Amino acid sequence: MSDIFDLISVPAPEFRTGPMARHKVSRAEWQLAIDELARGGLSLLSLWASRGAVHMALRRGETGEIGVISVDSRRKTFPSVGVQHPAAQRLERAMVDLFGLSASGAIDARPWLDHGVWGLRHPMGKTSEQAIEAMDYQFLPSEGESLHQAAVGPVHAGIIEPGHFRFTTQGEIVVRLEARLGYAHKGVDALMSGVDARASAHLAARVCGDSSVAYGWAYAQAVEAALGVEVPARAIWLRALMAELERLANHLGDIGAICNDAAFGMMLARTSLLRERVLRECDTCFGHRFMKDVIVPGGITRDLDGEALRRLRVLTGEIGEAFAPLVALYDATASLLDRTVGAGVLSPELAQNFAAGGFVGRASGRDFDARRDLAYAPYDQLEFSVPTRRDGDVNARIWIRIDEVAQSLSLIGQILDGLPQGAIAAELPSRGAAREGLGLIEGFRGDILVWVKFDGRGRIARCHLRDPSWFQWPLLEAVIKDNILADFPLCNKSFNCAYSGVDL
Amino acid sequence: MRKFPLKGLLSRPLSEAAPEVLGEVEELGIALRQKLGRSLAIRLVDAGSCNGCELELQALGNPIYDLEQFGLKFVASPRHADVLLVTGPVTRNMEVALRRTYDAMPAPKWVAAVGDCARDGGCFAGSYAVVGGAAKVLAVDLYIAGCPPDPRALLQGLLGLLERASTGT
Repeated sequence: MSDIFDLISVPAPEFRTGPMARHKVSRAEWQLAIDELARGGLSLLSLWASRGAVHMALRRGETGEIGVISVDSRRKTFPSVGVQHPAAQRLERAMVDLFGLSASGAIDARPWLDHGVWGLRHPMGKTSEQAIEAMDYQFLPSEGESLHQAAVGPVHAGIIEPGHFRFTTQGEIVVRLEARLGYAHKGVDALMSGVDARASAHLAARVCGDSSVAYGWAYAQAVEAALGVEVPARAIWLRALMAELERLANHLGDIGAICNDAAFGMMLARTSLLRERVLRECDTCFGHRFMKDVIVPGGITRDLDGEALRRLRVLTGEIGEAFAPLVALYDATASLLDRTVGAGVLSPELAQNFAAGGFVGRASGRDFDARRDLAYAPYDQLEFSVPTRRDGDVNARIWIRIDEVAQSLSLIGQILDGLPQGAIAAELPSRGAAREGLGLIEGFRGDILVWVKFDGRGRIARCHLRDPSWFQWPLLEAVIKDNILADFPLCNKSFNCAYSGVDL
Repeated sequence: MRKFPLKGLLSRPLSEAAPEVLGEVEELGIALRQKLGRSLAIRLVDAGSCNGCELELQALGNPIYDLEQFGLKFVASPRHADVLLVTGPVTRNMEVALRRTYDAMPAPKWVAAVGDCARDGGCFAGSYAVVGGAAKVLAVDLYIAGCPPDPRALLQGLLGLLERASTGT
């Protein structure tokens, strides 16, 4: 039996430029990896299935190296990861629904994506026409005196995505929150199987509307790595430009929206103006407000001229100037800070254990950013810092965003200054060997992982997309405990987890 | 903090002029609209969208589009709504919730399918988990195209509906 760490030994530059190796392991070795996850020596990047095997992408804490291991599941079972490492539970439940596997030892056997209305079971595995009974979903129990349950969703009061929240409260205090998701499940994994790389790119940009660029890039990166395509430098730099504009727009929107949920509407009015300004400039420069479909495997579809570069430079100046007084306003409004400071505290231990990415992890001391720690071009040639805090409350998550706005503005400036000349796309080979590739991109919410496997005829055999929110939703449930129910919108918005991104 | 409202008082409004209503929308034949005056209460159901359409619907509330200046308002309960906006390729997991939301609305009521997914399922059509466009579940009165439709396109569609509502044609 080999040392499990020997299998987790791929440094970032390697998987970013070529196919990703995958190690087939025995059940005993798989178990060793689970033990190490539980111990904290490894962190979970993702867990997914394909026909006949279950895969796990892992990152080694000490060295930052990564690896993908697989265990055979042809007998329809695999050793449960979630039983020892809770962060894996929902990924595991989703996979069980799609592939008809059984996670041996799992303590939570409830379906996750399958609500019993598909008219079939196990769409990605040995499909059965017999749907599961549209059952009464059993929420986790709470015991105590004078408990009261509140059911919210899937249709919410605001203009947001669908999901169900089951609160158990004692008076005003939340004793337990459990989310039930899957309402936006569209069967993306199945739709992506058997199509060519271009068609899949269109879908990848529509997995999670606010992260079109990050998803498009992560997907393109996985495809390019698998096929060994070298993307022109100018395309890579322009991808980063779009990624930072996306981060900027989302953070500006979030900062205002969080304050709005603490009844401070003026901040939303102001930041939504800045957000609109960014989106309009994206539209002018890249032809789409969310820059959908600009990134394609091999490069990008739209180049920028000198006028566009000038406009973006003006934009960053204006945003920087208009944003500073808003930050000062936030910091000086006691009634607002009274709501955000100390609300919804996430402990550094939990953030670390779940390997929570983005502002959720960084506000609770998890010093990780894929742009720096699994470096990719052009970020390895740019100057930026990764803000972290340890207080882990709503206020901390706002401040991480505020600091990241400044970093993004600086990065956009550097990209505009250093943008190399040249082509913006490379040809994709029309057919190639059966190869696998991994993409890992820092979206505004955190690191997005895409794993893709080609079938040898240029078609995608399996594509797995892992949203950062898989490791953030369960933490929201932990965070809201002992807060008042009225603070839920505030805490929820400060997490701003994706629904469609995890429902797929 | 005081300087923000002060600046607001001394500067011109940020909101932009309404977009022109397209002929296509005007041809909608819907009865009983005169009852509503020049105001529509809107309820949104995301029936499985990627969240792109929601972001643009949210943008309608920013000071530039300022939806409420036109008498259009998003409401929290279907009981208060005249119009149901549907986004996304209606997933099977959302079908019941969508139907129930519509049933909870008082008549007269209208349905607008927002975005390319709500028209016919878009790139998700044909999936085991997707019913298809909003018309597979409810009678749709208005389509607003786009992936996602930008805020001006959304306003254009909604104002068209409002115009017809107030003239009762």
